[in-house]
Amino acid sequence: MRIRYLAACAALLILGGCATPLQAPATSAVKPDQLAGALNRVSWGVNQSTWRQAEKLGYDTWLDRQLHPSPAALPQAAQAQIDAMTITQKPLPQLIQELDQQRKDIEKITVDDDKKSAQQAYQQELNRVAKEAAARSLLRNLYSPNQLQEQMTWFWMNHFSVHQGKSNLRVLVGDYEDKAVRPHALGKFRDLLAATLRHPAMIRYLDNEQNAANRINENYARELMELHTLGVDGGYSQRDVQELARILTGVGVNLGSAEPKVKKELQAQYVRQGLFEFNPNRHDYGDKEFLGRTVKGRGLAEVDEAIERLSRHPATARFISRKLAVYFVADEPSPALVERMAATFASSDGDIAAVLRTMFTSDEFAQSLGRKFKDPVHYVVSAVRLTYDDKVILNTGPMLSWLNRMAEPLYGRQTPDGYPLTESGWASPGQMTTRFEIAKAIGSGNAGLFKTDGPQPTERPAFPQLANALYYQTLQKTLGQPTRQVLEQATSPQEWNTFLLSSPELMHR
Amino acid sequence: MKRRTLLHSLAALPIATMAGKLWAAPASKTRLLFVFMRGGYDATNLLVPISSQFYYKARPNIAVPKPGDDPNAALPINADWGLHPALRETIYPLFTIGQVAFVPFAGTEDISRSHFETQDSIELGQALDGTRDYRSGFLNRLATTLNTDRASAISFTDQLPLIMQGGAQLPNMALRSIGKPGVDARQAKLIASMYGDTALARQVRDGFVVREDVMKEMIGEMDAANRNAITAKGFELEARRIAKLMKDKYNIGFVDVGGWDTHVGQGGASGYLAGRFEELGRGLAAYAKEMGPDWKDTVVVVVSEFGRTFRENGNRGTDHGHGSVYWVLGGGVAGGRVRGEQIRLEQNTLFQNRDYPVLNEYRAMFGGLFARMYGLDAGQVERIFGAKGQDLGLI
Repeated sequence: MRIRYLAACAALLILGGCATPLQAPATSAVKPDQLAGALNRVSWGVNQSTWRQAEKLGYDTWLDRQLHPSPAALPQAAQAQIDAMTITQKPLPQLIQELDQQRKDIEKITVDDDKKSAQQAYQQELNRVAKEAAARSLLRNLYSPNQLQEQMTWFWMNHFSVHQGKSNLRVLVGDYEDKAVRPHALGKFRDLLAATLRHPAMIRYLDNEQNAANRINENYARELMELHTLGVDGGYSQRDVQELARILTGVGVNLGSAEPKVKKELQAQYVRQGLFEFNPNRHDYGDKEFLGRTVKGRGLAEVDEAIERLSRHPATARFISRKLAVYFVADEPSPALVERMAATFASSDGDIAAVLRTMFTSDEFAQSLGRKFKDPVHYVVSAVRLTYDDKVILNTGPMLSWLNRMAEPLYGRQTPDGYPLTESGWASPGQMTTRFEIAKAIGSGNAGLFKTDGPQPTERPAFPQLANALYYQTLQKTLGQPTRQVLEQATSPQEWNTFLLSSPELMHR
Repeated sequence: MKRRTLLHSLAALPIATMAGKLWAAPASKTRLLFVFMRGGYDATNLLVPISSQFYYKARPNIAVPKPGDDPNAALPINADWGLHPALRETIYPLFTIGQVAFVPFAGTEDISRSHFETQDSIELGQALDGTRDYRSGFLNRLATTLNTDRASAISFTDQLPLIMQGGAQLPNMALRSIGKPGVDARQAKLIASMYGDTALARQVRDGFVVREDVMKEMIGEMDAANRNAITAKGFELEARRIAKLMKDKYNIGFVDVGGWDTHVGQGGASGYLAGRFEELGRGLAAYAKEMGPDWKDTVVVVVSEFGRTFRENGNRGTDHGHGSVYWVLGGGVAGGRVRGEQIRLEQNTLFQNRDYPVLNEYRAMFGGLFARMYGLDAGQVERIFGAKGQDLGLI
């Protein structure tokens, strides 16, 4: 009975600490505040509808469905916003070819001023497309019934981070998230790794387009081991980096319709899948020594072999398990928990859902509830989820600008290591002050979340609904004395909302 | 009383009485403002190589004329160099009284010519080979080395930049556009009280204090011109605001200015790039003026991730290059001259037949500069930059 692990500590949250040892409840019925604590961690933030749904299903069943989700329907009002997006309506090859044509046309313009404004228009279109991807991501975080899948999508997007500022990655990030990362977010790690390797966003971001026989670019090879699989102390050498770079030669992208001329004897080796391309002309066909074993030079199959080795490596199991535990449990997770998760990783052939289940059913997880500091994305998404529940917002713009102000925009991490997952990255004085301003914007109900974009914006009034059944049955019990005292001093419902969203309890999950 | 002690003794006071008092002037009067020109500016048209015939041949459309009576001509510096005329009213007067030095052929050995790669590698200030710590910028390491008694660092940006990230928890607040805070003083006090003795209490209080500092310094400006849109004069206004805070609250600051990626139609003595130079120059001159007597204890460093191609491209612009020209300004700077290693600019001295070589590596250069400014020993410089400092005689 997994539920027993969600014992007493869930209710105590950060201020009280957890003095009493865990006790299994007498029945399988979990207390409302304990349930809320667990939902707050497994989802993007607890709200009334998620809470009711989990109560109805029972936590065990709810968690099962989160770990093994079926396709989920978003509320109509959210889906309609996604359906209207260019990234939904145009397949990526078409979108990218149109934009590339636009870029080429600019080169032909000879008048400086015309050229400049054409270039501005091109840049604005790239920005708009990237913003669509970010908006879609937020809408799913807010409203998808498959909350864990969406949370894991963010986690992996951060793990396999790309920066939209490079080249034309702004056109690619939406597809990268939707096609390479999201479908594998709870599946096998190997498939996820292979999907990121075959996506132009990753290949371009880490310069593997430039990587060719006798003109080696090590960038991707290095990050593939250091950041994506083994970890920096994972036991590989500089030689392994160079050999993996040789293995990766020829892996590139082809955004156009023309195919390169390939030597006759190698033509059968040429691979084109969507925008992914393996060009045998650029591949180093010599044998390689990688992680202590020979990889026979034979083309793209070498890459599959390398991926296989990396994803089955014990260092990868530990590295990934630890990172998951940092994200979901504690900044410094217990080594014992990480070892148990790594064991599941190894025995399940890298089944992400299985590793998560080991973690979610651990004592460490139960004891950590309410103690993990929210990063900005968690803060913003959880606040909007709690405040407006299933009342679908009309404009994600304010949320995107809050994330900008807090320095955690989607697809905006400049370095390939992804955003920090620990409190120290996000609890600076400036960050905290900004959170309180955001709390006030959300709490007062005039943040612009219900104001449509466009030439004739319309605004629908939508009042925050924080003082509801969920609050009285669960959250209220978790608030410390200082927070309760301040809430009593609020002079208006708006101010009460602001204080609640500013409270230390709401900064943690 | 040491500042750290001060923080402790005031920590228990209610927020309203602390406001504006908490951050007493740090013991070190030395002030450092780091300005990052993001986008890789065309240093060749800033510090014009007037003795190079090759320059005039390589830039038929966008070269700046040699010094002369023409108002479009470069301003005389020495036999080899002239200054862009857009800086005539601002930086040039400071240069002539010895308060500005330029260091050409400066930069990083990173030859990716990628904005992001190179900005990051400069901000990290670590060796390019070997394992890098992606969350440890060199201004943070400088602040850590100096300790809180001597350093009070802040970034005047929306996000805490890489250069300020690391072991010390440093604040950031953008001054480009500031408005009255939504959370009022009473609410701030109540919010701070919710954090009681939690681990976040210090950050919450410090955050409100920094905000209070900023608002207190800006109150006159906001009363006088609260409807002024910040447009073309953006950086000048921002620089004045920064100076107000650097005078008595903070002594290490960071700010960035964008818009330097000029692949197309950058112009010569006038035009797009000239406009950017003029705006930056006005901002820096305004900063110097606003600092008043404290300008003598101030060093302003202006850097960019790389320079641009020596030859103009087919679009009358320039593409990504390598070596750049760094600026060092301040009342105590040994300026009025061009510093560091230099070479004559001819086709065969270009790096990869394309751009400036880096002869003055930035970590060595800043290591040497900081050593002089703060009296750091060789070990401290090596801990910050992983390399030895080189004294270019900048102060």
